[in-house]
Amino acid sequence: MSTQPRSSVTPAIRTENVTRHYPMGDGLIRAVDGISITIEQGEFVALLGQSGSGKSTLLNLIAGLDRPTLGTVLVHGRDLAKLTSEQLAQYRRNDVGMVFQAFQLISSMSITDNVELPMRFAEVDRDERAQRSRESLEQVGLGKRLDHRPSQLSGGEQQRASLARALANRPRLLLADEPTGNLDSRTGEDILNLIRELSLAMRMTVVMVTHERALAERFSQRSIYLADGKLVSEEMRA
Amino acid sequence: MKGYDLLDLAVRNLRQSKLRNGLTTVGISVGVASLVAMLSLGVGLQQLATRRLAGSGLFDTIFVTSRQDFRGFDREDDARTEHPEKAPVLDEDARTKITNLPSVTEVEPEIRVMGEVVANGETHFGFVTGLPMSARENEAFDSLKGKFFSGDNADEAILLLDFAKELDAKGPESLIGKEIILRYGERQALAPETNDRPQMNGAENTTESGDDYGFSVVRKEQPLRVVGIVDQEPYGGMRTVSRGRIFLPVRTTERLKMAQFTDMRSSLRSGGGKIYMTLTVRVKDPAKVQAVQDAINQMNFRTFSVLDATKSLRRFFTVLDLFLGIFGSLALAVATLAIVNTLVMAVLERRREIGVMKAIGASDQDVKKLFFTEAGAMGFFGGILGILLGLAIGKAINFGTAIYLTRRQLPAEPVWVMPPWLVGAAIAFSILVSLMAGLYPASRAARLDPVQTLKYE
Repeated sequence: MSTQPRSSVTPAIRTENVTRHYPMGDGLIRAVDGISITIEQGEFVALLGQSGSGKSTLLNLIAGLDRPTLGTVLVHGRDLAKLTSEQLAQYRRNDVGMVFQAFQLISSMSITDNVELPMRFAEVDRDERAQRSRESLEQVGLGKRLDHRPSQLSGGEQQRASLARALANRPRLLLADEPTGNLDSRTGEDILNLIRELSLAMRMTVVMVTHERALAERFSQRSIYLADGKLVSEEMRA
Repeated sequence: MKGYDLLDLAVRNLRQSKLRNGLTTVGISVGVASLVAMLSLGVGLQQLATRRLAGSGLFDTIFVTSRQDFRGFDREDDARTEHPEKAPVLDEDARTKITNLPSVTEVEPEIRVMGEVVANGETHFGFVTGLPMSARENEAFDSLKGKFFSGDNADEAILLLDFAKELDAKGPESLIGKEIILRYGERQALAPETNDRPQMNGAENTTESGDDYGFSVVRKEQPLRVVGIVDQEPYGGMRTVSRGRIFLPVRTTERLKMAQFTDMRSSLRSGGGKIYMTLTVRVKDPAKVQAVQDAINQMNFRTFSVLDATKSLRRFFTVLDLFLGIFGSLALAVATLAIVNTLVMAVLERRREIGVMKAIGASDQDVKKLFFTEAGAMGFFGGILGILLGLAIGKAINFGTAIYLTRRQLPAEPVWVMPPWLVGAAIAFSILVSLMAGLYPASRAARLDPVQTLKYE
């Protein structure tokens, strides 16, 4: 089963029969098993499924953190499998922003330093870096907490900081792995509202992994259901 | 990532584990300090020995004689010389040529004559030798009573303490400033007898001195002022001029035309001109002796120097430095293991952080460079601290040695000398060793799989 592109514009993401197998003892774990999907530019897509359904593995393949065993992952027409590890790092740095369930902020740094980190890798000048990190943190409502450490912030605030970091290099693709998993439902909704607003404002494509169907239905334009590494169904909303 | 950012992140990371990284840095500094202390001790001892050798005035000196003379003394040299009878003589021209050689500071004849000193109405026999002004630097004059010659042509004398005691047993030092009379034999040239002239080959080349035909020795007296008393023979008693009891400036002895034993040889030579039996060539630096000696050999003169002593000394110190360096490096080797350990621990502790950095765009190279920079920074700070610690150890060694020497009534001298190049070299070496220690942890950090590291948190 596969989704078809709906327009002639290069899709943001297209996977063709993408497969990721892990050896485990004598056997093989088929984490992702021949998935073909197409996600258009500016789309907000939710990947749903039980634990172990392969949704996070698929997200890592799209993020260029992992390489497929078989098949291709094309992002804005570029085949990630053909990139060197340096080019993949560059891709993650400039084209992708990532948000994690556990926020993944570096605890020894202030949130400003955390937000500046991807810009350091992108060799952005110090002054511009400071300005952009302040702007990003203001965008997510943390303009008054610039020098705070992650441990001094609530879960929701940490996820906002993590979102600000993901947006620092102005990526075209935002990948969120269970962004509300560690948050209460109200804070989770706030975060998703923010993601939706920002993705619209910045014309970003968003792929969100979640197992909360209700949230997916409320915020995404399309839900893709996975089970045992395979695509099982798709749900489009008007 | 830019260099500044690398350094900034590295220093931040090091400050995260202050105690552990601090202890590792102190470990490196102890290693560097022990290396620096050992090498500086080697340098100090070598300088001390070289200074002693230079002070003896033997190792920067070449003795030059003509191959025509003293044949049969050195069979090896005789065998090397094809036509000794055609070899050049040591004349004024040769002296000028040798003086003009690079690194040569002084060329003087060795003058030693018999004389008598008249003091307090008594006469005392003694050998008179001519000393160049450079003899002032000889260690024998370190304990000189009175002064050295005021000029190389002054009518002044320095007496050997034993001789001074002979002149005045009660208070030899009271002789300083007093006048003595030196009785010596003056060489006076003789004009050739008329009937001898036709047989004289080249007699028309007779020079001003007229020494080429013959000379007579006439007793002369010269008043001299005693300016100093020396208690040991200059040049360690190793040279002709050492074996004198009355020392005069060399130009004064030349001016007074004091008759020497070797004048007999000069008078037999036909062809004229003033010649020297031996010239003493002083070279700027003992290391330059060989080059100058080779150049003089090229001029076909016979040369002799006490070079081998410095050569074997250098060899000894090279070996000593090597061993001191090895012992000093042991502590640094242990410190290297501490760096490896610290960084491997850091990689383990910061697995998640490394995964996050990779997820947000750090390349393998960025991660590798970051750990390398952390290792290098520890090496740099350890190096600086090590130099300071080494300096303190050195000061303590010199202080202790000075007390020890002073208690034994010996002049205190530094045995520990840190040359400026060692400061830079030690810091560079410390950084290099730390970078090498960082190789494994850095590549291990770079190889971490971000998917795995982010999964286990």
